[in-house]
Amino acid sequence: MARTLLEVDNLKTHFFTSDGVVKAVDGISYTVDEGETLAIVGESGCGKSVSALSLMRLVADPPGKIVDGRVMFEGQDLLQVDNAEMRSIRGNRMAMVFQEPMTSLNPVLTIGRQITETLELHQNMNKSQARERAEELVRMVGIADAGSRLKDYPHQFSGGMRQRVMIAMALSCNPRLIIADEPTTALDVTIQAQILELMQDLAQQFGTAMIIITHNLGVVARYAQRVVVMYAGKIIETGTAQEIYRNPSHPYTLGLLKSVPRLDEVRKVSLDPIEGLPPDLVDLPPGCSFAPRCPYVYERCTQETPVLMVHSDAHTTACWRHEELQGLKTAASVS
Amino acid sequence: MVQTQNRTAASTTDAGDVLLEVKDLKMYFPVTSGIIFQKKVADVKAVDGVTFSIKKGETLGLVGESGCGKTTTGRAILQLYKPTEGHVIFEGQDLTKLKGSEMRAMRRKIQVIFQDPYGSLNPRMTCGDIVGEPLTVHKLTSSKGEYRDRVSELLEVTGLNPYMADRYPHEFSGGQRQRIGIARALAVNPSFIVCDEPVSALDVSIQAQVINLLEELQEQFDLTYLFIAHDLSVVRHISDRVAVMYLGHIVELADRTELYENPLHPYTRALLSAVPIPDPVVEAQRTRIILTGDVPSPMNPPPGCVFHTRCPIAIDDCQIEMPELREVSPDHWVACIRAEGWNEGTPIA
Repeated sequence: MARTLLEVDNLKTHFFTSDGVVKAVDGISYTVDEGETLAIVGESGCGKSVSALSLMRLVADPPGKIVDGRVMFEGQDLLQVDNAEMRSIRGNRMAMVFQEPMTSLNPVLTIGRQITETLELHQNMNKSQARERAEELVRMVGIADAGSRLKDYPHQFSGGMRQRVMIAMALSCNPRLIIADEPTTALDVTIQAQILELMQDLAQQFGTAMIIITHNLGVVARYAQRVVVMYAGKIIETGTAQEIYRNPSHPYTLGLLKSVPRLDEVRKVSLDPIEGLPPDLVDLPPGCSFAPRCPYVYERCTQETPVLMVHSDAHTTACWRHEELQGLKTAASVS
Repeated sequence: MVQTQNRTAASTTDAGDVLLEVKDLKMYFPVTSGIIFQKKVADVKAVDGVTFSIKKGETLGLVGESGCGKTTTGRAILQLYKPTEGHVIFEGQDLTKLKGSEMRAMRRKIQVIFQDPYGSLNPRMTCGDIVGEPLTVHKLTSSKGEYRDRVSELLEVTGLNPYMADRYPHEFSGGQRQRIGIARALAVNPSFIVCDEPVSALDVSIQAQVINLLEELQEQFDLTYLFIAHDLSVVRHISDRVAVMYLGHIVELADRTELYENPLHPYTRALLSAVPIPDPVVEAQRTRIILTGDVPSPMNPPPGCVFHTRCPIAIDDCQIEMPELREVSPDHWVACIRAEGWNEGTPIA
């Protein structure tokens, strides 16, 4: 069995706003093994990005604050280490690929400078070593004519190319873990496929673990070994990719899978949307946050918050009725 | 048969029920240089000779990647841009030849739903005023009471509560804002609506709600849609026929089922194979055609077939000229000289 690389335990990140406390991440726990790809899936506002930023300790404080929890990474609790120590981990042992390749690169520095900066800082390389390594990295992510492109500025690259540069930067110090926050959302489908294939190849080549954060269940089906589904700041289902897609047991996961038209499917008369709106995080309903939108809601759901219940080795669900939903699951995986 | 040879993509169907015909539409944007004496140095050929028709009550899907000209096509049809060349014939009238006032009157019949529900609603107007403005502009109601009733009715059919009429756009969620945009488009009782990426900005669970709403409204009010989107799964669901665009050209046009089950253009194939399917078992068995490189600049499109620079089956002949759309089987149009070069019937999924 693979060694555990990252262990997140009861992480809570709250935002203290004038409207009240927003519990963006409210007690989530999961682990990532060495070399594994984990997907965190959820809609906007479910806390998936904030949970990733919390691991890197990049949540703006104020208004945000990590109020509780542990993040064990290579035996160290990242929430306890001092800022200098954290800086030496960030971008070095643990790197991040951000969603918007347009805005997350510095427009006034050349691509080369942005990559060598990390190398000089973390790997104590001198200028020429760093430059050489940068060229190698840029070539590795599939940018032609690497040597001269290092002198170019971000605006001279297309969206897909910029995302490649981001990946090169993330890989520069051979991190053990890469967190990719919606790495392909801003890209076209054909470019999206290129980038995901590239990330998978490189991760396998270097044995890097990955956390891919996305709102699109389709994107990760091919690449993730395990999937975590979040809703309103909490994890509501975890399992292997196979289990989550073929055998979803939380009504929300089931709803998400059913509400998107599939390319390989005969057209349905109409789609089955999840009714209602995502809840206001300042004013969450008592009990299960999904209860107001849930077609299978019953009394207990509005009173007690369900905890993650294990129902097989590889599958946990936070739903009081997950056992009864068994019959519905098979129906869903057939259609 | 002489008649079949004369068929073009614009007249695929019997002329009787055609609502909109687009003929050889071109939309070039000039690129200028110089500060005082601006001199035209080049053209961005956003749309470069597009021909298609839409039947009454039909939904035509227009798909392609960003920069392929799909939004520009929509806007040129609406005459929000003055097309460089070509004709847009709506109910027998050529919209490109209409004067300002005539076109304004025509806008009662042609409406649009924009992509960005945040940017397309005036933040200083209430939801009721936004929906009611077209009624005032086109003088469709005769009294205040009638106006109020009509606004409430419009909000209701789009799934909003009439009491929300006094709220401002920022008080609504993305999905609700898109409903306001739809209500505004419906206000003038149009027969044709250009839907420009109406669900792309919405969350997955909300997308399905809006798509269902659009379909219900189509049935209820006998609407015809041009549905522009980049999400092929959504387009497959909502469209009757689908046109695939690449760099200003339509490269394939066919019936929904035919296009998805038997795509002939290499670009369509690559596009379809790149769409992820939410099922790891199915995904593991799919083969992907990964296109190399980026879409070339429309300012300087490659000579010959615009796709040949990324095409996995390109030959030297592809560099000579852009192939015309030709009908390879009934109602299946492809602009590729090697369309038959593919192994027929190879499943894409």
